[in-house]
Amino acid sequence: MSTATARQAKPATMAQALQRAMRDAMAEDPAVHVMGEDVGTLGGVFRVTDGLAKEFGEDRCTDTPLAEAGILGTAVGMAMYGLRPVVEMQFDAFAYPAFEQLISHVSRMRNRTRGAMPLPITVRVPYGGGIGGVEHHSDSSEAYYMATPGLHVVTPATVEDAYGLLREAIASDDPVVFLEPKRLYWSKADWSPDAPAAVAPIGRAVVRRTGRSATLITYGPSVPVCMEAADAAEAEGWDLEVVDLRSLVPFDDETVCASVRRTGRAVVVHESTGFGGPGGEIAARVTERCFHHLEAPVLRVAGFDIPYPPPMLERHHLPGVDRVLDAVARLQWEAES
Amino acid sequence: MTVQERPGAAYRPTPPPAWKPRTDPAPLLPDPEPYRVLGTDAAAGADPELLLRLYAELVRGRRYNAQATALTKQGRLAVYPSSTGQEACEVAAALALEQRDWLFPSYRDTLAAVARGLDPVQALTLLRGDWHTGYDPHEHRIAPLSTPLATQLPHAVGLAHAAHLKGDDVVALAMVGDGGTSEGDFHEALNFAAVWRAPVVFLVQNNGFAISVPLSKQTAAPSLAHKAVGYGMPGRLVDGNDAAAVHEVLGEAVARARRGGGPTLVEAITYRIDAHTNADDATRYRGDSEVEAWREHDPIRLLETELTGRGLLDEDAVRAAAEAAEAMAARLRERMNADPVLNPMDLFEHVYAEQTGQLREQAAQLRAELDAESGEGAHGAEGDAR
Ligand SMILES: Cc1ncc(C[n+]2csc(CCOP(=O)(O)OP(=O)(O)O)c2C)c(N)n1
Repeated sequence: MSTATARQAKPATMAQALQRAMRDAMAEDPAVHVMGEDVGTLGGVFRVTDGLAKEFGEDRCTDTPLAEAGILGTAVGMAMYGLRPVVEMQFDAFAYPAFEQLISHVSRMRNRTRGAMPLPITVRVPYGGGIGGVEHHSDSSEAYYMATPGLHVVTPATVEDAYGLLREAIASDDPVVFLEPKRLYWSKADWSPDAPAAVAPIGRAVVRRTGRSATLITYGPSVPVCMEAADAAEAEGWDLEVVDLRSLVPFDDETVCASVRRTGRAVVVHESTGFGGPGGEIAARVTERCFHHLEAPVLRVAGFDIPYPPPMLERHHLPGVDRVLDAVARLQWEAES
Repeated sequence: MTVQERPGAAYRPTPPPAWKPRTDPAPLLPDPEPYRVLGTDAAAGADPELLLRLYAELVRGRRYNAQATALTKQGRLAVYPSSTGQEACEVAAALALEQRDWLFPSYRDTLAAVARGLDPVQALTLLRGDWHTGYDPHEHRIAPLSTPLATQLPHAVGLAHAAHLKGDDVVALAMVGDGGTSEGDFHEALNFAAVWRAPVVFLVQNNGFAISVPLSKQTAAPSLAHKAVGYGMPGRLVDGNDAAAVHEVLGEAVARARRGGGPTLVEAITYRIDAHTNADDATRYRGDSEVEAWREHDPIRLLETELTGRGLLDEDAVRAAAEAAEAMAARLRERMNADPVLNPMDLFEHVYAEQTGQLREQAAQLRAELDAESGEGAHGAEGDAR
């Protein structure tokens, strides 16, 4: 038990919680190495790795050459030798050069060696829009990662989860693609860095708000949108439940389906494109498992099926509260039939 | 001749203060002629014991290649990319390393893995098709055979770097073909290695072709070893059919890496005598006369000539080597003819440390299908969709 002051919850940003997670992991385990472009002296372009090079030295928090395949490829070799690399990809769309390594090696090394060579690599990817980024700075690439067996794919929506999930990702013996919703980097919550609250493990969804009339299934940057929509819907008599998936792989069918069976209606909400996007998979799973409980088809509210738009137009693309509410209104299926 | 020697000010703006001209890259440049030992004065200095060891390994390797190719005809191997003609590189690669070092082979380098001590049947698992990697990479310090070209090179750099950080004097040797040097991962690996001064050696086996494409369509560089200069590491050219030369050059590069001197790029000039794989028709892209010319420069023949000339090899020794190789082949044949026992449930075993709910359901589905197949009935499909 440390002093009461040290335990006091103070407003902290998600970026700070992520930084703290890496710092604590590095302090506990000398095998943890942070690497990427500008992660050292600068502390990353989002300052998520701020201070780590200073505290742990450049061998533990390394500014690499500017080459994503090289960063992830060398991380594979480092993991083979017993290290636990935490790799930062500077932006979602700049992770693509590393896909070859991710898909051909990182995701399947355990499998192709029959378990003899697991790769405990965490790949941190700032993702998603809403920060006014120019082209190639706002992609939601989760569907690509989800489609690759052997990877865990997680994304926090709260400050607590940012810390807890990243600690778990780093401790995991499997590779984890850790998607950081960059527009939530500066979101704040009261949080005690010296006594962080325990969070549900990777693979567990969490009900962020209970309700009886429909379930909003969402994750990452769309969680606050859905929470706001749920508040707004109250006025119209809708009592919405919000499920934050937190982990796209593994997928928590149990929590999601328990919720949908209770409410009988569901909308999946995410920023990435709808066609071929995560929502299709989620809607199909829910339909397969909860068909007899459903009062209406599972709907999707997603980004348009377009390359991510320029910043001055992104507000038209990103699913906001109104689009979520429109979908909720469409859940009155019986009235239409 | 080099850019630095030209009168720079005439066409270059005044460089910013941080800019310093690089010193002469000559120490990094490869000699224009591939280094040779056999048939030269240097051969006198070669250790007879090493030469005899290399000879035995080459003969065994040649027989191994022939046997593996034969196994494809019997349907025992799905495919085999032979290293016939390249045995000197394969064997020297294995022998240049200490036990604690790591080898990062490509799909063509099963022989290097075998020469390093890996069970031949385990080395062939990928090509046989019963699993991907048939061995625990940590056991012999041999990374899984890599099929996507050049992607294993950054792994070698990362491992060597990690070992160096831990204070272990471990060296990684990464093997790649001439075609693989065009891949982006080749560039990134060499660049990382040089910047980190990682204890890694890159061995390019330039066997003339990437499937059907000749080197001239792969690169415009004077040689592949020249590429080293741009990264700030030495490049070395060696006669890849001269086992003594390859062993010496690789040995120097490994020693240099071990004492903290950083990476080296070695290009071994060799030739692929067989087709790309058993499934390839090499007559479509090269003539017999070219192959015949290379047969004259055969790695086993080069070594045999040297050893016989020095009275180190007599008919008995040649026969003994051949018999040992034959015994290896017979044993390999026999073991490969046994059907591997496979458990389909293994499909779900090693995807994650812990099976996900999704995989548990799918495993239950397959279990039920297998039960039904074997006539035992599919009672209690435990993992019902839930
Ligand atoms: C990334 C990638 N692209 C294409 C292939 C298909 N492929 C297999 S071998 C090969 C030629 C490789 O030539 P080289 O690197 O010279 O090696 P060699 O086969 O001659 O040993 C090609 C194109 C591959 N394995 N990986």
